[in-house]
Amino acid sequence: MVEHFVTPPQWEWYIVWYFFLGGIAGGVYALGAILRLLGDDRDAPVARLAFLLSLPVLAVCPILLTLDLGRPLRFWHMMIDSRTFGLNFKYWSPMSVGVWVLLIFCVFAFVSFLEALASLRGSRAPFLAGGLGRVFVIVGAVFGLFLAGYTGILLSVSNQPIWSDTWALGALLLASGLSVAAATLSLVTRLGRHEQSAEAKLTRADRYFTILELVLLVVFFLSLGAVGSRFLAPRWMALWVVVLIGTLVPLALHFSTERRVPAMFAAVLTLVGGLALRIVVVFGAQM
Amino acid sequence: MARTVGFFTDTTLCIGCKACEVACKEWNQLPGHAPQFGDGYDNTSQLDEQNWRHVQFHERTTAKGGVAWNMMSDVCKHCALASCMEVCPTNAIIRTEFDTVYIQPSVCNGCRDCIAACPYHVIGFDEASGLARKCTFCYDRLQANLTPACAKACPTESIKFGDLDTMREVAGARLNQLRGQGMSEARLYGDKEYGGLHALFLLTDKPEIYGLPPTESAVLPSRNNVRGYLGTLVTAALGVAGAVFAFRERGGKE
Repeated sequence: MVEHFVTPPQWEWYIVWYFFLGGIAGGVYALGAILRLLGDDRDAPVARLAFLLSLPVLAVCPILLTLDLGRPLRFWHMMIDSRTFGLNFKYWSPMSVGVWVLLIFCVFAFVSFLEALASLRGSRAPFLAGGLGRVFVIVGAVFGLFLAGYTGILLSVSNQPIWSDTWALGALLLASGLSVAAATLSLVTRLGRHEQSAEAKLTRADRYFTILELVLLVVFFLSLGAVGSRFLAPRWMALWVVVLIGTLVPLALHFSTERRVPAMFAAVLTLVGGLALRIVVVFGAQM
Repeated sequence: MARTVGFFTDTTLCIGCKACEVACKEWNQLPGHAPQFGDGYDNTSQLDEQNWRHVQFHERTTAKGGVAWNMMSDVCKHCALASCMEVCPTNAIIRTEFDTVYIQPSVCNGCRDCIAACPYHVIGFDEASGLARKCTFCYDRLQANLTPACAKACPTESIKFGDLDTMREVAGARLNQLRGQGMSEARLYGDKEYGGLHALFLLTDKPEIYGLPPTESAVLPSRNNVRGYLGTLVTAALGVAGAVFAFRERGGKE
């Protein structure tokens, strides 16, 4: 195992919420895209809801990132070289890549949001109809999935103990992002009056995402080896228990019932578990 | 005048006077933190945004059962392959004409990615300015053809400054001299790590004792890029497959 002596970067609550909301925004868009491409007419309202949800959640993300900077007014230095005024892009720096992905994904989320709004009024923006529209949401979904997962890679591409001792963080946060996205969509869907068919589909999808997340949690700890013992401190153990409750209980509920109230309870637990996971990963390595 | 400069810190000559710390703070106008006193003479604790030099005191038991200090004036290593520079998204961290690593205060936006990347816990975040800060190798003094303040102030010449190649020669000669005198535990740190450091250290114990990663741990953050992206890509494929399967599945309670 690599031995480094690193000062924690003091990435705290802004980053935790960015990871959480970025996972939801990217995941919800991807689920909306898949529902739109593969679903039937009964799923169309839920797909539209996904696009309506993604942008407002995403809009908070750049604000959080900017507020986290020591010099918020210099946020543009991430994208533009302040000396040459050329573009700044370093493919080997996940923070640099992530900023561009966030920016590009905002464009996709914005256009899909407008299209969903237009669709609510009974019209469809012509450029998103047909093959071009399908390609558009597929590309948007790729950026959304990237946004949900790159945050873990950002942590790993450092020398911070725990973060840099595992390759599984990106995968884990992506699986969790998909799970909290399905839970968010399921929750909002069940609050409204949508087809039960779409609700059942979301529940089934969340089942797969939760199983994937549980497998990756095991992989995460196995890849950490002895370093993972830092998480055995009581305060982190308490959060890991919340993470487990936020995965195992919803999974059990998904298998046992698809009734409305338990399903909504499961979605809330998934969201709490997803937030707890990000808190323990971000803070646990820095303390 | 462009040249490749370096420090050579000979810890066997360090007397722990902290003249380097004081000179650094004076020249760079660093107010420092309030002193913290533990059970030793170290009252600066670590390198950070205010402490660009830090004199470490490490107690050790001698062969005769006595107690002795290993002292070392720590500083930014100005790595040839610098982890901080690799991850910096704004290109605020540059390599100067002296081959040193410098954070441009006018470019840094305080994202702190460099802090998580530095394996020598060198960089600190300055709340007052909102910037990441560390040793500049006295960039302004180098431009004026002056010796960095710490090396200038060191009364025992434990901190030596000069062209990097010269420093390597001096360090090698000193290592041979000490080993010739029977100090078999003497070792040189910084020749191989991160492509060669611009701050070489002559140590009398394992690097880890001084907060220096062992040679085999001197690896860059980018080592995790490929496997991180691959793991995420596989997960994305499995996640999409799961969603496709779930959304296409028929029957059940639809």
